Amino acid sequence: MVTTKIPASDNPEFADEMIEIELRSPWIAGLLAWALPGLGHIYQGRTGKGVLFFVCILGTFFYGMYLGGNKVVYAATDWEQQYRWQYLCQLGVGLPSAPMLIQKGRTAEAGKHPILGDYMRQPKRSVDARSDDSGNQAQQPNELAQWVIEEHPFFELGTVYTVVAGLLNVLVICDAAGGPLIIRTPDKKKPDQAESPPDAEST
Amino acid sequence: MLPSLAPLLADMNLWYSLPLIVSVSLVCAATRHEQIMPILTHAARFALWIGVFMAGVMGLLSLMDWLA
Repeated sequence: MVTTKIPASDNPEFADEMIEIELRSPWIAGLLAWALPGLGHIYQGRTGKGVLFFVCILGTFFYGMYLGGNKVVYAATDWEQQYRWQYLCQLGVGLPSAPMLIQKGRTAEAGKHPILGDYMRQPKRSVDARSDDSGNQAQQPNELAQWVIEEHPFFELGTVYTVVAGLLNVLVICDAAGGPLIIRTPDKKKPDQAESPPDAEST
Repeated sequence: MLPSLAPLLADMNLWYSLPLIVSVSLVCAATRHEQIMPILTHAARFALWIGVFMAGVMGLLSLMDWLA
């Protein structure tokens, strides 16, 4: 178990106040924090922060999925279609985004049908012509283009939400493994005390 | 001012930034502190900075649009 002492606040007026945090099994906590946002903190007994991370990150992720019509989270590394680099960020959310890895590469064109149906599946390469709002027939080059047009602007918004949720969880993993990063503003009156780093000791 | 600003924000889909700002500021603040009050204070300050930054970028883009 690692015990870390950190300043209670980044306010220089309270420079002497220290709090002690027990970072139980940092590697396991970090892995749990990736698997489910907030779980690493709950494992360490930091329940309040765990619940905060759980609600904020999963709320952001699933709200983004809802905005994008449940189409914005998928993994595609096929260069013939648009490379979906966003999935690398979305993977930061952990297990809630993992189904896209199961669905990856499973398309009707490849002869492998998606196991989980339409949930987090990648778009098809070809798509049938559809009538637009004016009643005219419109043929899109692939299903991704059709999704973007159908959901505009929520496809982009949902993508941003889910990407941000994944990136935020990277910060949470670091917090679970190493404790909070307190950046204290320099104290002009007591420069020696303000520059002293927080203690860290293993017990 | 706010009633006249609301339709503009709705038209630009800027309301969708609010949940994101709240979430980002809370999570970032919580990775900097361990206790609830410093977290909330930091989150409020951070959210304000994001708002000011976004308003600055919006002002700059509006100015460029006006000059074009």
